[in-house]
Amino acid sequence: MTNHWNDLANSDVLMAIGGNPAENHPAAFGHITIAKERGAKLISVDPRFTRTSSKADIYAPIRSGTDIAFIGGMINYILNDIESNPGNYNLTYIREYTNATFLINPDYKGPADLEGLFSGYSGSSNEIDGTKRNYNKSTWQFQRDENGIPKRDMTMKDPNCAYQLIKKHFERYTPEKVNAICGTPIDTFLEVCRTFAASGQVGKSGTILYAMGTTQHTYGAQNIRSYTILQLLLANIGIAGGGINAMRGESNVQGSTDYCLLYHIIPGYLKVPVDSDTTLAKYITRTTPTSNDPLSLNWWKNTDKYIVSLLKAWYGDNATTSNDFGFHYLPKITSGQDYSHISLFEAMNEGVIKGLMVWGQNPAVGGPNADLERTAMDKLDWMVVSDIWQTETANHWKRPGVNPAEIGTEVFLLPAKNSWEKEGSVTNSSRWMQWRYKAADGPGEAEDDLWMLDKLAKRLMQLYTDEGGPSAECINKLDWDYGDDHPDVHAVAKEINGYDLTTGKLVASFSGLKADGTTSSGNWLYCNSYVEPDAEPDAPIPGNRASRRNLDDGPFNIGLHAKWAWCWPVNRRIIYNRASVDLDGNPWDAEHPVIKWNPAKGDSGGWDGDVPDGGAAPMNQGGYYPFIMKADGLSNMFGPGMADGPLPEHYEPWEAPIDNTMSKQKNNPVFKIWRPDQQGTPDKYPIVCSTYRVCEHWQGGQMTRNMPWVIEAQPEPFCEMSEELAEEKGIANGDKVIVESARGQVKFVALVTKRFKPFKMNGSTVHQVGIIWHWGYTGLSTGDSANILTPHVGDANTMIPEYKAFLVNVRKA
Amino acid sequence: MADKAILYDASKCTACRGCQVMCKQWNENDEVIPTEENGVDSRNWGSYENPKDLSPTTWLKMRFTEVEENGQMRWLFTRQACMHCTDAGCVQVCPNGSLYHNDLGFVAYNKDTCTGCGYCIDACPFGIPRSDRNLLTGIAKMDKCTACTSQGYNRIEATAAEADAMYESWKGELIPACVKACPPGALKYGYRDTLVAEGRARVDYLKSQGRGNATLYGENELGGLHVMYVLEDSPDVYGLPVSPSISAATIAWKDVIQPVGWAVGGLAIVGLGLNWLVARANINKEAK
Repeated sequence: MTNHWNDLANSDVLMAIGGNPAENHPAAFGHITIAKERGAKLISVDPRFTRTSSKADIYAPIRSGTDIAFIGGMINYILNDIESNPGNYNLTYIREYTNATFLINPDYKGPADLEGLFSGYSGSSNEIDGTKRNYNKSTWQFQRDENGIPKRDMTMKDPNCAYQLIKKHFERYTPEKVNAICGTPIDTFLEVCRTFAASGQVGKSGTILYAMGTTQHTYGAQNIRSYTILQLLLANIGIAGGGINAMRGESNVQGSTDYCLLYHIIPGYLKVPVDSDTTLAKYITRTTPTSNDPLSLNWWKNTDKYIVSLLKAWYGDNATTSNDFGFHYLPKITSGQDYSHISLFEAMNEGVIKGLMVWGQNPAVGGPNADLERTAMDKLDWMVVSDIWQTETANHWKRPGVNPAEIGTEVFLLPAKNSWEKEGSVTNSSRWMQWRYKAADGPGEAEDDLWMLDKLAKRLMQLYTDEGGPSAECINKLDWDYGDDHPDVHAVAKEINGYDLTTGKLVASFSGLKADGTTSSGNWLYCNSYVEPDAEPDAPIPGNRASRRNLDDGPFNIGLHAKWAWCWPVNRRIIYNRASVDLDGNPWDAEHPVIKWNPAKGDSGGWDGDVPDGGAAPMNQGGYYPFIMKADGLSNMFGPGMADGPLPEHYEPWEAPIDNTMSKQKNNPVFKIWRPDQQGTPDKYPIVCSTYRVCEHWQGGQMTRNMPWVIEAQPEPFCEMSEELAEEKGIANGDKVIVESARGQVKFVALVTKRFKPFKMNGSTVHQVGIIWHWGYTGLSTGDSANILTPHVGDANTMIPEYKAFLVNVRKA
Repeated sequence: MADKAILYDASKCTACRGCQVMCKQWNENDEVIPTEENGVDSRNWGSYENPKDLSPTTWLKMRFTEVEENGQMRWLFTRQACMHCTDAGCVQVCPNGSLYHNDLGFVAYNKDTCTGCGYCIDACPFGIPRSDRNLLTGIAKMDKCTACTSQGYNRIEATAAEADAMYESWKGELIPACVKACPPGALKYGYRDTLVAEGRARVDYLKSQGRGNATLYGENELGGLHVMYVLEDSPDVYGLPVSPSISAATIAWKDVIQPVGWAVGGLAIVGLGLNWLVARANINKEAK
């Protein structure tokens, strides 16, 4: 989240799109309720009428997978409204804080000129050759002056400036087109536009709440880009009650991302080393953005300090100036190679990967194309599963329909403790690192993750020392000392914060990290979380800021709760908060200030309120641009770094019931397809399907399908469908139905409801159904897994699987 | 001790059913695997509303109602559990006083003395109590929501003043499990007077937002309910009785038949006593 959960209460209008907070983030609704009591409007955009919709002021139905068309239409509405009613918008913000003024390479061409493609595409329209499904991005780049500083047109009238290109791009997204693509009634769509656009007024705020319904598409990252453009046009980033807020589906998924859950990063969002990084210097040069603009702070220029401090945390005294701080110990991925979830399972299926450790995950239920992924696991030599229950993944070798004697995988189950049986921290969607204490002992031989990792690391270090092996130094040069018996979780947390190795004291903040090997930090973003006891004496665990539980909701009146736990970075509760003030440092919204320049503070003035994005003076007094994490200091309305185009363009999902109404380019031209033969077509599979969760169950179901009370509350997987579709197919409510895709079929209970309606688009009717994905063959309650139906295709930028829009057929069982 | 109550605000409820699950967990109901072999319905009958009905081990259940008017969809949620009436049909009809009002105003019951006659089930205007006959022992017992007053601080014997003081100091700690579980703050627990005022204010607000039929249900119904609902529409839209009342038969039972029954029974006992005295006199006479 750019903002945080409590901040939702400050919002004037909240749009839940690609997310269903009432059902999947139920605690969030406490904050939404407070906002509503203040008179805020809640908009729910969803293919079906959900429990969130039931509390919304406006419900807008949308066909799954058409978010860019919907948001593109809103952007078009706002750009037109800015022409007619400029006083209703914060044009200073757009001009001064975003790259709307930047001039783009005059050779740039967009989908309006190129039939749905951007300039630089290697292939031709609807290219299927995977080697040609990519862009040369040179024509998308900014024009720069002789110093390398982007050229700008502050009037935003130049036809090559980003603002004009954005206008040209989105003027094609008319309400009629939105209706033809999304199936949203025009009057409902316009009501959404009017309501959300009202947050563009200075002093008003609007927030976007999203989750996996946004990201799990072949163009998921571009969905987020569309939110970015929308929120920047409305000056909603950096302010209280604003932002683009990812509602995380698990208590610590934010934390696991911060610590490099994903393959393309190492802790603190540092880029993963690749094979061409033959020296540390080459890695630093490749991964450090540069700017010659004196007004751009370009925070990532500190990359060298963070990577060296990370190497010192990992390799200790083995990391020296003479060996590039142990950079060569790190494994390097092959440049351009994909190591995401689907790729890993395809590699297992091909016998490339022989062993697998599964830690708190259940891919046999949660992975796309689940039958295929189960078969891929059959081909492993060994598998280790650490979980609090036996899972479908751990039991894949004895699943229904297979002969265990024919599966050679040796499976080990490590019984784990759950989160309240161990001490440590979790980081929630708000980026708050909250310390938790052990409340109970685990059952039987269950151990916590830290214990298991400690034992594993120590034994591997010994094995590599005794026997050697490829990349042995990666493991046996580690500086690994967290205690002899049970590892000390505080020692780990302190190592993450980092030390000044000269004094042996904990560093106070990442501004103290150095590139000369005199500091360590296991994750620079978490520097400042665990400091010397005298720097935070009042915390329940002195020095451990994550343990703070002060209920004071200040500073200011916007519920920042600055002394409750700790928030990365440096306890900044709302990131990009320098955009919440005008050029003189005064809040745009005087009623809900985030930070405020106080000329009387200190010797030469200072900021009151939240921790600002850097302490410099306001822009009019020589301060820098507000978006300090961007190389050019301004937020990207125009995004030349994306794989699939600098602006979001509507394409249909890989499996779509209709052709692309916007252009003749049917699908995203860059996304990855693993199994083209498994593509379902509308003649056989005419119904759109989406997978989702219900409030009563949790993810892959290991926890909730072993709890009698919640099983009773939601006892079987169901398929929600409209009364119209049920009638067409002769299905009665409560019947068993077969839902079938090009990958497989499942048997679910039909839940016939008025809350799903067929979409009427361009004179045609498209049905959509929804299925819940919590079930599998292990646990007290068993049933088919929805992900048997989902395909192996990955987002163009992130490779996240497509779980939310694919084609099926439904019939009575 | 001043009356307590629960205020349920349907306009804030998201039907997450944390209350329903928490009720079972706290009251240790149905700790069995829900399979048909265990006598628990494990089927989804085509609804979010599972299990399908209240039972002796399901004291609280959320109801989901789909309403469509002029193309506008609404999904209404209500709570289905004991309303803890002041004029409580179940208390009136209970033949041996197993059902009674406790000093918080909630309808409590003594399960040890319950004979499972089932009269309360017929007498309840909201159709709440359920009873089950144990096939082995033949014994039946009624069960329903206790407002969690059979557990926690309400169980401690104390004077009314002491109980009020305890409530003040423990407020927020020992409240009914459903209230404690509620994420969006749709459930509140407190002094009934205070909650009536809060409910009225909320209804006024909803009316100002265009919900003309918004109402506070339970303020005056059946002498005042100890579970009150803020509704965004009239009660019948939610499937609730608009003017709940105790049936004439129930009143007749309590006010006529039961007194007559007691009188008849009393007369019989007196008669038996007289019979015994007369008989003893006769025996004595014969012995002489």
